[in-house]
Amino acid sequence: MYLREIKEILDAEVIVGQDRLDVDVTCAGVADLISDVLAYVTPGCLLITGLTNPQVVRTADVLDISAIILGRGKKFSSETVRLAEELNIPVLATDYILFEIVGRLYAKGIRGCIEKVGSK
Amino acid sequence: MVIGDDFDHAGEASRNIKTILKQINLPNDVIRKAALISYESEINIVSYARKGIIRLTILPDHILIEAVDEGQGIPDLELAMQPGWSTASQKVREMGFGAGMGLCNIKSFSDIFHISSEVDKGTHLKASIKLKGNTDD
Ligand SMILES: Nc1ncnc2c1ncn2[C@@H]1O[C@H](COP(=O)(O)OP(=O)(O)OP(=O)(O)O)[C@@H](O)[C@H]1O
Ligand SMILES: [Mg+2]
Repeated sequence: MYLREIKEILDAEVIVGQDRLDVDVTCAGVADLISDVLAYVTPGCLLITGLTNPQVVRTADVLDISAIILGRGKKFSSETVRLAEELNIPVLATDYILFEIVGRLYAKGIRGCIEKVGSK
Repeated sequence: MVIGDDFDHAGEASRNIKTILKQINLPNDVIRKAALISYESEINIVSYARKGIIRLTILPDHILIEAVDEGQGIPDLELAMQPGWSTASQKVREMGFGAGMGLCNIKSFSDIFHISSEVDKGTHLKASIKLKGNTDD
């Protein structure tokens, strides 16, 4: 599914990457703890989070995550936005809570980057 | 050089490592593991030590990532290695760290892992990744 469609589904605002909405994604992971993300998120996934500090962008960069979906109405600090621009990582922000984001995307065919831990 | 408490730049060493490994065309899987290991190590230095370095050594059959720091050290390595064990400060937790998974992640992404530490001196972590037989897992 293209980021453009995800933006529509989530009624999201594009914070970074207006020119990258044709990125295609099939899977996603949710986390508010970075090391939890690092343990299982696979390259090319969406990262759904409520974290707003620059480290979430660093993490996305280290993992080659295709885009960050910032949920529950959170806002990135200007510093975080700058870093995302610099590292060229698309960021979409939505007022939906994480549960709603996940449910809406799952219903449209996006799947978890793994199903269960240990089941890579 | 990684400086304690400098969260703004934490992640840059891993980025450099990634760039170097891409230039020499190593498999994506190896690059990903190396980036994860150096990133978790960097964050640990920034979170718990005064200063340190991340060193990358490229050898014919494996790459070696070392994180050497000067700082408080780890009193009980066995405990620190346990999933979920963390002494992260509130500040570190607010940034999304402190799951107590960092060292476990480093261990599971490396083929050979070694850590030694001396209280009030510092910590030395070594992780190596084999270049052969490291296909996607
Ligand atoms: N370089 C270090 N110097 C001193 N103490 C350390 C160092 N690295 C880790 N520790 C100690 O070991 C504990 C476990 O580290 P680990 O990286 O596994 O988890 P964490 O940093 O607490 O959380 P996470 O990495 O999941 O965000 C830390 O909470 C800290 O007490
Ligand atoms: Mg850690």
